Amino acid sequence: MHSYMVSKMSSKMVGSNNLAHARRMVQQLRVEASIERIKVSKASADLMRYCGENAKYDPLLMGIPASENPFKDKKPCTIL
Amino acid sequence: MSVSDWLLFLLVRSLSLASLPGSIPFSSLQVQPQPDAKMCDQTFLAITFGPCDSCGLNKPLMNIYLKNEPINYCSLCVELMACQGLATGETIHTLKAESESLKTKLEEERAKLHDVELHQVAEKVEALGQFVMKTRRTLKGHGNKVLCMDWCRDKRRIVSSSQDGKVIVWDAYTTNKEHAVTMPCTWVMACAYAPSGCAVACGGLDNKCSVYPLSLDKNENLSAKKKSVAMHTNYLSSCSFTNSDMQILTSSGDGTCALWDVESGQLLQSFHGHSADVLSLNLAPSETGNTFVSGGCDKKANVWDMRSGQNVQSFETHESDINSVKYYPSGDAFATGSDDATCRLYDLRADREVAIYSKESIIFGASSVDFSLSGRLLFAGYNDYTINVWDVLKGTRVAILFGHENRVSTVRVSPDGTAFCSGSWDNTLRSHSQVGCSSGKWWRWRLNGS
Repeated sequence: MHSYMVSKMSSKMVGSNNLAHARRMVQQLRVEASIERIKVSKASADLMRYCGENAKYDPLLMGIPASENPFKDKKPCTIL
Repeated sequence: MSVSDWLLFLLVRSLSLASLPGSIPFSSLQVQPQPDAKMCDQTFLAITFGPCDSCGLNKPLMNIYLKNEPINYCSLCVELMACQGLATGETIHTLKAESESLKTKLEEERAKLHDVELHQVAEKVEALGQFVMKTRRTLKGHGNKVLCMDWCRDKRRIVSSSQDGKVIVWDAYTTNKEHAVTMPCTWVMACAYAPSGCAVACGGLDNKCSVYPLSLDKNENLSAKKKSVAMHTNYLSSCSFTNSDMQILTSSGDGTCALWDVESGQLLQSFHGHSADVLSLNLAPSETGNTFVSGGCDKKANVWDMRSGQNVQSFETHESDINSVKYYPSGDAFATGSDDATCRLYDLRADREVAIYSKESIIFGASSVDFSLSGRLLFAGYNDYTINVWDVLKGTRVAILFGHENRVSTVRVSPDGTAFCSGSWDNTLRSHSQVGCSSGKWWRWRLNGS
């Protein structure tokens, strides 16, 4: 996205002989492999439940009554 | 891990892009930063020549960070330090083999839990009805491309920044401009409103993030009170206040993210792990703790622990740069928008991608994404001038918005969820809301009888 205006830092994968890089990769993967995971079915159910519980508070989903919409176009008033 | 292991780990993290000075011409010398300035970077190669802190010989030096403190070692001493941390019998080959086996193990663990797709589970949810969005206000006043915007917590004010260096604070209801600041640089790619509503932060090609306190006096020159907080070694791509006005999180084209104290300009924590420009970051909703997600040109989305600086999870399924990342309102997932023309949803507890939002007819990159308050809708701005609205659970598109005359660069839902605002390269910002009847009778939400 930004390549037209600034030159992106080129994705420099360090040369394969770099010990420091290999050590870092292993450390990082150990951290990532050790986390606890749940099944997608459970995760999905939780996402759906959150949507369901909060749907009625979501004005972009439900729409808001015209009288309460702060962005509603104001109609001209007549002073009697 | 032993102490030396831990030091080594911190060291090599900040070294991840350093290459050996043998490949750098001496002519690429740059000015050393001032001693009291804290910088966050990982792209410095050998930039100075002088005595090594370790062996004392005059050589090209690598400026690296150990626990956020700068040290100057020659490349030989750096490699020696890396070797000292090795356990017996570890060589480059054993490490690579272990790396490969860990990657395979990671894939297997993730696959085991992939028992179903999100959209399959969501089949029992009622489909959304016909969506009609209406553009409510058009904010005109920028002289050039709008690059970024943010809402104030008062749900009414907006700050926006553009290519010509102008940062403007608007009242979104009346479209009045309340404040305007001219930055000393062009391409102000990042701007953020402080939680108190009393300040804004912005930055871009100046490689810095500056905070401007907003004054009630319209005539006051805001630039006089400007405070430089963050300093990177490449452009600032994104910034965000944490829960208070006192700390700012930044991401940069130099491949790092950093947490800064606003008052002192002190670097509190740096986050190294991306191998290319970081384009976007988003803080987890406050209930879920101290983490944030970042996305970059290395196609990776990384989740970080703010206190330790540790990269806790990493996701790499996009096929091109990730332009935008945003947490799902519950904090259990996040969405990304990418140059590969797709948006994706990643669940943090399942540790995998759970949905892709794409269509064959959409071939332009997504520049910005945001969720509605309940998380059911995902608003995404694209480089083909449109905004697509996706049903997050079912994976289908529920609306397209036209109207902008150039790329949509930023999309943000207001804090109370009543509207969302989009900024574009056509120099305007537009706010949109849903046209719906008051009782919402023409569609219902029902979840399996509940």
